[in-house]
Amino acid sequence: MCSGKTLEERMSLFNAFRNNGSLPVAQLRQGFQICLPVAISAASYGMVLGVLASAKGLSVGVMTSMSLLVFAGSSQFVAVDMWLDPLPVGAIIVATLVMNFRYMLICASLGEIFKGRPLLHKIFAVHMVTDENWAVTMTRKDRGNVAFLVGGGVCMMIFWQSGVTLGQVIGNVLPPPESLGLDFAFSAAFIAIVATMWKGKADILPWIIAALFAVVAELYLPGKWYVIVGALSGSAAAVILSIINFQQEAQHDTVE
Amino acid sequence: MTQLSDVEVILTILGMAAVTYSLRLGGLLMGSYLPQTGKWAVAMEKLPSTVLVALIAPSVVNGGPLHWGAALITMFTALKTGNLLISMSVGVVLVGVGRAIM
Repeated sequence: MCSGKTLEERMSLFNAFRNNGSLPVAQLRQGFQICLPVAISAASYGMVLGVLASAKGLSVGVMTSMSLLVFAGSSQFVAVDMWLDPLPVGAIIVATLVMNFRYMLICASLGEIFKGRPLLHKIFAVHMVTDENWAVTMTRKDRGNVAFLVGGGVCMMIFWQSGVTLGQVIGNVLPPPESLGLDFAFSAAFIAIVATMWKGKADILPWIIAALFAVVAELYLPGKWYVIVGALSGSAAAVILSIINFQQEAQHDTVE
Repeated sequence: MTQLSDVEVILTILGMAAVTYSLRLGGLLMGSYLPQTGKWAVAMEKLPSTVLVALIAPSVVNGGPLHWGAALITMFTALKTGNLLISMSVGVVLVGVGRAIM
């Protein structure tokens, strides 16, 4: 594999692996350990998703491959909710795209940590980036490193995946969902998740617009496309609101 | 649900995986070329919550007073406790009990 490389190149590759004087294995383990608490909380989220997935009739195999290949919790919640017969393939994929756009920003912010790394490292490591281990890595005093990030990602993946499967096992022994009010479970879960995303009053208008456009679009559009219309409208409202606020602040500044 | 064709299921999961991975790798490779602040950043930041709101709005609105009440109480519980499982259970139990009474 390294046949074409000079000794110097190999040394620089080796040095890239080493960070702060410790070997990557130690950094991996450290990342894993420090992410444990957030991974345990992700596992409980996963369990909720597993119960909902089994109520929808999704198999353990389907959910496991989704958890490992997509590995983005909230978009998996959305996909499972949209899972109907016939399967809205296109709408689910577009919803996943819209839901996970933020990963572009998250991964763009990792440039410094990946500086000087070969493309191959980036290609493998970037799949292990989640909100949680990204946040833990970025808040490190030394700004973290790739091995630490990947260690946290492995921890997240193991706990997330196990949580989902455990939830499915529990879900399969529960009585039919309607008898327990479980048809409201998706709404309840999403309301609770949205509540944790609350950042302040600036969220109110975008959320109202998203709800309004979704309700109207649902009347006129086939399938699940109202989700996309509502989400994009709400997000556009947030942008317009931030521009108006920015202009007001600018005016205020000039008056002063 | 078991009637779904395997091809469609595989296509959906691979499609989801492909777009998510592209966003991750694209973000990392484009890095500094992407706007970290400004209107695009605001839009991307707000998308996850607006997707979820758009997803539930029609079913909650069409669900009638029982769902409206349960939605409000679930939201309140989530804001107070910050716990997904607790707030969800409160909402589900309320709808279950409410339905049994009515």
